[in-house]
Amino acid sequence: MNHLSSETFDDNARSALADVQLRGALRNATSLFGKRRLAAAASLQNWEELRSQARSIKDEVLLHLDQYLEQFVANAESRGAKFHWARNAAEANQIICKLIADRGGKKIVKSKSMTTEETHLNVALEAAGMEVVETDLGEYIIQLADETPSHIIVPAIHKTKRQISELFTSELGIPPTDDVDKLTATARATLRDRFAQADVGISGVNFGIAETGTILIVENEGNIRLTTSLPRTHIAVMGIEKVLPRFSDVDVFLKLLPRSGTGQRLTTYQSFITGVKQDEAAEGPNELHVVLLDNGRSRMLAHPITRQSLACIRCGACLNACPVYQQIGGHAYGSVYPGPIGAVITPQLVGLEKTAQLPYASSLCGACREVCPVKIDIPRLLLHLRGEITEAAVNKRRWEQLAFKLWALVMSRARVYRVSAKLGGILQRLLVRDGKIGKLNKSGWLAPPLLAWTSGRDLRPIESKTFRDKWQSELKQRD
Amino acid sequence: MLVSLFVTCLVDQLWSSVGVSTVEVLRRVGCEVQFDERQTCCSQPAFNTGYRDEARKVGRHFIEVFESSKAEAIVTPSGSCAAMVHHLPELFSADERWEKRARAIADRTYELSSFLVRVLRCEDVGASWSGRVTWHDACHGLRDLNIRNEPRNLISKVKGIEFVEMDNADSCCGFGGTFSVKYPEISLAILDQKIEAIERAKVDAVISGDASCLMQIGGRLSRKGSAVKVMHIAELLASQA
Repeated sequence: MNHLSSETFDDNARSALADVQLRGALRNATSLFGKRRLAAAASLQNWEELRSQARSIKDEVLLHLDQYLEQFVANAESRGAKFHWARNAAEANQIICKLIADRGGKKIVKSKSMTTEETHLNVALEAAGMEVVETDLGEYIIQLADETPSHIIVPAIHKTKRQISELFTSELGIPPTDDVDKLTATARATLRDRFAQADVGISGVNFGIAETGTILIVENEGNIRLTTSLPRTHIAVMGIEKVLPRFSDVDVFLKLLPRSGTGQRLTTYQSFITGVKQDEAAEGPNELHVVLLDNGRSRMLAHPITRQSLACIRCGACLNACPVYQQIGGHAYGSVYPGPIGAVITPQLVGLEKTAQLPYASSLCGACREVCPVKIDIPRLLLHLRGEITEAAVNKRRWEQLAFKLWALVMSRARVYRVSAKLGGILQRLLVRDGKIGKLNKSGWLAPPLLAWTSGRDLRPIESKTFRDKWQSELKQRD
Repeated sequence: MLVSLFVTCLVDQLWSSVGVSTVEVLRRVGCEVQFDERQTCCSQPAFNTGYRDEARKVGRHFIEVFESSKAEAIVTPSGSCAAMVHHLPELFSADERWEKRARAIADRTYELSSFLVRVLRCEDVGASWSGRVTWHDACHGLRDLNIRNEPRNLISKVKGIEFVEMDNADSCCGFGGTFSVKYPEISLAILDQKIEAIERAKVDAVISGDASCLMQIGGRLSRKGSAVKVMHIAELLASQA
């Protein structure tokens, strides 16, 4: 499997930039989703109002999460759902494996769920000797390719039609074709058999409604409807932050989520599941088990600045809007959640030690904040994490630390600042040609930032006559 | 109106003509301009890289310098530095006294184009320049200070100018401060999208409100041997050619 690590983000990004096919696929997909999102948002006159409303609902939930979770659990239990609390990924996987083993299950169909990606559930299931198949088309492609999703809602966004055709030829034995309908039909035919044979269906959850104990899952392919209704047992894995207080709140989020994610006014399917069937003769699973996952969420909840990370509804809009993601895609982040929100969530989920590059993987342009349907101030969170990183023991950037100490010394004393500028002006003489600093040969004594800048850009040199010199000599009006 | 100029460290040292132009434009529209020679930097490089103590040290110096001025407005030819000054209260949120002082400074700090249009209600500053230009929205001016129409209105009032919008004018140029040297390859990949859009617009010059973006864009254009010029909006508005 091509599992990249967040620790090697810089190398991962470099390889991604060298991948012409990947960049072409990303460019097409992110710009298409961006345009669709804009058009879909414009179809509602009160878009900004809805964003504020959604955020205040999320803030309310996060402030009283314990109460809303208890209410959600009590209402769903009264309709026959069973609940399991998992502190971390390992516990969640253990609970799920045991539930399946206890029922003598072996064959599992899964619908798309980032939460189970987070716990690496498939690895645990396979280790326990179970057969698991992803039934979302994108996830199915990724599973066949033995890869991980590179986007929150478009897992195979990095793949071209041709690559998928080649994959289906080698894995499913079909003749090569560039006909998308044929490729889709092949996946569909293979998956239909799997649905019919499955002992257990595993899904994620988009929203859990406290007022009624209802689970809401949205999708376009109908595979979630099948996953949650055909097998005898349905296991739903849900992050603890996914509760909404009232049924009426769904209205706000169903307007925002599809529009932000895929640019649709509504997804094709909305499955509302409230407990299990109340009548033996009715169709549907006999059992519904909900696994509530913490896995670092209560830690995020505890801090007033990072708390807003939990408002995320996993629409993926910030990925499509991010100039960095647009260039390097999701795998380079080396984490389950990529892009701007991934750079915020991942370090909080797995710790700063191995993820210290991610919060720096942003130009802080703010495009993510502009498109976020729940108004998460991602740049502010990135800045917060950068602060935590430089102040923590994980900061191994001794030279950078020293440089900023020196910089602060210079910048807080006008005279030192002035002398430094003059000194810099003299030192740079060796480098300036034709009024600019061009591409430099790698020389050991050169400051790395100067080398990095001039690798692809010329640099304006420090002027012999600075603005303050000119102010003194020409501009100052003497009275 | 008495205005205190915050020229920014970048303009002071690397692009003094932007500072000179800012003074000229402000004087032309009737402002009296002060320049406190003790000023240095707004603290942004440290703030954005996560060095909060160092940022506070430089931030305090900034506040001390500018609160000694009686000017009604502090004006700067940079959306990014103006936005940083607006972030100063947040940087001092743990210290009520400094937070208050920071807020008082932030409340009277303006980026040049928004100062001209919003405060002085002036869109025609009597500039003239002949050629075809486009505008690059610098991110912090656009998204932190909501500056979108002000520069466009100012540019379109320049005599002899032809203004065209380029594709994705509001997308980042890839500079991002220390980002540009921490991840130079990503920064350049983002920049090249911007360069392509500029080339498609077939302009003589690309105008922006931040010397930092213009260094990034201009540095690449220069490396590629392009004939397209980069020009700060202050330089354009000062021009009477």
